[in-house]
Amino acid sequence: MAKLFSTIGDWITERSPGLMPMYRKHMSEYYAPKNFNFWYYFGSLAMLVLVNQLLTGIFLTMFYKPGAATAFDSVEYIMRDVEWGWLIRYMHSTGASMFFLVVYLHMFRSLMYGSYKKPRELVWLLGMLIFLALMAEGFMGYVLPWGNMSFWGAKVIISLFGAIPLIGDTLVQWIMGDYNPADATLNRFFALHVVALPLVLLLLVVLHLGALHEVGSNNPDGVDIKKKKNERGVPLDGIGFHPYYTVKDMFGAGFFLILCAFIIFYQPTLGGWFLEGDNFIPANNLVTPAEIKPVWYFTPFYAILRVIPSKGFGVLAMFASIVVLFLVPWLDRSPVKSIRYRGLGFKIALTLFAITFLLFGAIGAGKSAEWIPAIFGADADVSGIEMHFGWFLLLIYFGFFIFLWAYTHFGYEKTKPVPERVTTHA
Amino acid sequence: MANEGVNQGRRRFLTATTAVVGGAGAIAAAIPFIKSWEPSARAKNAGAPVLADISKVEPGQRLTVGWRGQPVWIINRTPSLLATLPAVEARLKDPKSELDQQPKFAQNETRSLKDKPQWFVVIGICTHLGCSPDYVPEIKPEPFDPEWKGGFFCPCHKSRYDIAGRVFQGVPAPANLVVPPYKFVGDKQIMIGVNPEGAA
Repeated sequence: MAKLFSTIGDWITERSPGLMPMYRKHMSEYYAPKNFNFWYYFGSLAMLVLVNQLLTGIFLTMFYKPGAATAFDSVEYIMRDVEWGWLIRYMHSTGASMFFLVVYLHMFRSLMYGSYKKPRELVWLLGMLIFLALMAEGFMGYVLPWGNMSFWGAKVIISLFGAIPLIGDTLVQWIMGDYNPADATLNRFFALHVVALPLVLLLLVVLHLGALHEVGSNNPDGVDIKKKKNERGVPLDGIGFHPYYTVKDMFGAGFFLILCAFIIFYQPTLGGWFLEGDNFIPANNLVTPAEIKPVWYFTPFYAILRVIPSKGFGVLAMFASIVVLFLVPWLDRSPVKSIRYRGLGFKIALTLFAITFLLFGAIGAGKSAEWIPAIFGADADVSGIEMHFGWFLLLIYFGFFIFLWAYTHFGYEKTKPVPERVTTHA
Repeated sequence: MANEGVNQGRRRFLTATTAVVGGAGAIAAAIPFIKSWEPSARAKNAGAPVLADISKVEPGQRLTVGWRGQPVWIINRTPSLLATLPAVEARLKDPKSELDQQPKFAQNETRSLKDKPQWFVVIGICTHLGCSPDYVPEIKPEPFDPEWKGGFFCPCHKSRYDIAGRVFQGVPAPANLVVPPYKFVGDKQIMIGVNPEGAA
């Protein structure tokens, strides 16, 4: 038997890049720094969620019926009549939110440890493209149940394109295929959500990992482990991805899945954060929900739109807030990667940036209507305070990138010496 | 293949022309796919004009009808509401309706047919992000505007419009509410989606 397997293995290896060489390159002999910490779980967790979304998504497609007349009912059919349908759907809807959660943490890890810096700029760019594709995927997926928030969310987001001069209105009609989000819109979003964007996402993930494995992983010390190798050419601070990190990642996945299971079984809507109440009402183009707001993972960007009292500039600032992230590898000129050895200015700026992002998230989720009266009294001017505070946050958000460039370009940053090897090598 | 005796000029010419012809072909092939996203014949058909009966709409009342999947409001404005229009002009973004948000026949102070100023026909969708504003016709101080003279208030992002759908300054909505093309059929019916005869 063993002989048969090795014969088959040899036969494949002679006719292809080979399974064993691939396994060695990407698993057993992919030497990752041995000082990975908590923050390094989120890449593999994102892969785990991706697999969950593909698997549950394929099964949802078996029961879901795209179309304005059938979509909402077919989702309820999945929830009530399909055996275990509720679980498959909640795994998918919870997976969507968890996907964004781990991706945001994964991105923050890169900002902390300078993982976007040379030679990993391409890894960062591909990651940003994954983020964009994921946002499109998440948006279109939210439209599919054809609840009232699906409808109005689609209307608001598509109408953003109407801010483009001259072609705006035609473009909006072209995207919708009607004069309003309608059957045609739902069907094309279905095609994009289940076929086109998953293909794009998978391709980008392969490229993201391919680019990463070409240059090697960064680490919390930001040390280049390839500088110190043993006589066999293995980095002294490197350990094989398998078995060392597969085991570590499985440990993390265990905790992660417990958290996911808790949400799926006990809090599938997470108090309106993961699934909004208005989306349990069928789409109605004559009745707007009391407050149109996106799911939590879009709220920071939505807030930027909200605090600018001009549609054109609001849309521009919102897109700019994402585009500027692409430029981070070239804005940050510091020779030091990890926050551990960077100047105080960077630490403060990154902290403020993270807080700003969270506060924008709260504003986009409509929390200011609760919080501002609680702080300033019941007759406070909610929209006025929200707008001015929003401008202040905008200043910090974009200021972070300007500061990052100026601080590192003009040499204001006082860095600490970076160690020769990772700090846990003893 | 040997490279000596190669006519480089001809090779470049063939490469360039092949690329141009192939590129043109690719663009031509993309057209049907791009065009397929435009509103279909069925969608265009469904966007046909709609007839509304206004005989039961009392002064101050609002009738909502669907046209092209959008709420169209037909409001019977009282004389006191119409009288507020000059008073708010100073606080409006586009008091003269200069932006192309209405048919030519409605580009006037009441944003309606000149001979029937009480009847206001408007698409009830905020020009900011497509929410549906609330109809707040009472002339009294409101939490969102102490000098409220009646009009429309959008709960999404707090845009305000006067009773002719003209947008106030300092709100996110960029333009006045859209007045659709419409005409009277007799005295009791309004057809939405077509201009009156002789008007553009």
